[in-house]
Amino acid sequence: MDFGRVFKEALPILINGLGVTVGIALISIFAGMVLGLISCLFGMSKIKVLKGISAVYIWIIRGTPMIVQAFLVFFAIPQLIQLVNPTFRLEAFTAGCITLSLNAGAYMSEIFRAGIQAIDKGQMEAARSLGLSKGQAMWKIILPQAFKISIPPMVNQFIITVKDTSILSVIGLAEIVNKAKQYVGKTYQFFATYILVAAFYLIVISILMVISKFVEKKFSYESESKNRRA
Amino acid sequence: MKVKVKTEGLEKSFGDNHVLKGIDIEITEGEVVCVIGPSGSGKSTFLRCLNKLEEASAGKIIIDDYDITDKKTDINKVRENIGMVFQHFNLFPHKTVRENVMLAPVTLKKATKAEAAKRADELLQRVGILDKGDAYPDELSGGQKQRVAIARSLAMNPDIMLFDEPTSALDPEMVGEVLDTMKELASQGMTMIVVTHEMGFAREVSDRVVFMDGGYIVEEGTPDAVINHPQEARTQDFLSKVL
Repeated sequence: MDFGRVFKEALPILINGLGVTVGIALISIFAGMVLGLISCLFGMSKIKVLKGISAVYIWIIRGTPMIVQAFLVFFAIPQLIQLVNPTFRLEAFTAGCITLSLNAGAYMSEIFRAGIQAIDKGQMEAARSLGLSKGQAMWKIILPQAFKISIPPMVNQFIITVKDTSILSVIGLAEIVNKAKQYVGKTYQFFATYILVAAFYLIVISILMVISKFVEKKFSYESESKNRRA
Repeated sequence: MKVKVKTEGLEKSFGDNHVLKGIDIEITEGEVVCVIGPSGSGKSTFLRCLNKLEEASAGKIIIDDYDITDKKTDINKVRENIGMVFQHFNLFPHKTVRENVMLAPVTLKKATKAEAAKRADELLQRVGILDKGDAYPDELSGGQKQRVAIARSLAMNPDIMLFDEPTSALDPEMVGEVLDTMKELASQGMTMIVVTHEMGFAREVSDRVVFMDGGYIVEEGTPDAVINHPQEARTQDFLSKVL
């Protein structure tokens, strides 16, 4: 249990891995939100094909473990593509982003759907009665309110996404857990190394929670004066 | 006088529930029509059909020469000309009072932000809550909310206003301020269709009272004729319970 040694040797390696972890998490959170919104709007559309696409997407993602999804994206699908294009190769980082985004998107879709359905239907009626189109009403009236309700479950999903990056070590992504495993393999410094890894996750997720509290405050429906008094 | 609203054989069903069974009515410019009747009589459904919040199952609805039962009619355009005030206000909680009033003109590009803000302040002044422009709906009383809702629906300069039980969700002491605002609108020549339980308002302000029951118009006429001297047994029965 040589903390001094681990600090000196492993810290740079782990910070390097942490960069990959945070990078892939941020990309996937953003892409997952976009995917989730699209899937949610598809799911609520009147067009059967779009509804079907959304339903199948959510069904597959929720019905399979992420580790299998990662194997499918990294190994299985490239093998299929290589039948047509033998030189095709997918980087672990790209495959990781795709897997994690698809995964987060499906859960985000359900979060948005719940948020939209929680908005009183009088809101849509009031907007439509003023002459707004369905799209305008959705964009200006429904989505901003649904987004606000969705913040707490969304933050929960963000946290899961950050932690799920560790699963991507199975496809060789050089994120923090993978880096730690490699270092431990050489030095047997299990305790100090994994304590450090845990600490890094805690720090990242704590920052995320602080940001989310701030965002939640920003979205409150009260005038400035009342906020100041509170 | 120009006919603003006309329905012919208007019917509406929700599944097996036949709510409107053939409504024929003509409402002319500047007329104030109060629709009264027991709950479940179809009066709110009738009102909601007029701006297509409910789609008619059969019959015709002509608003300002536009047949809104025709699929080719751009309902959004017609709606710009029909204001609607709801029982539960339906203000947008994420917007300030002023933004609520500005939203439609700005979104539909009828005015710049500055023009819409100026117009919003005029309307808020008119309904007597200019000082609440920067407040959010949750910070207002029920009566204030409903007056904002009226200002919001006036922002598109409609010439027909629909009121769906505008005072039913209010505390008794706030009913007066909303009715006063509506009276003022009526006196300025707005065409108004008001679904209401306020017999005093119907008697005082309306040009015509329509009594609905069971999906039909049972009786209609001047307030004096319908409220004071009802001819139909069902009207008499209803009025004996509410007056």
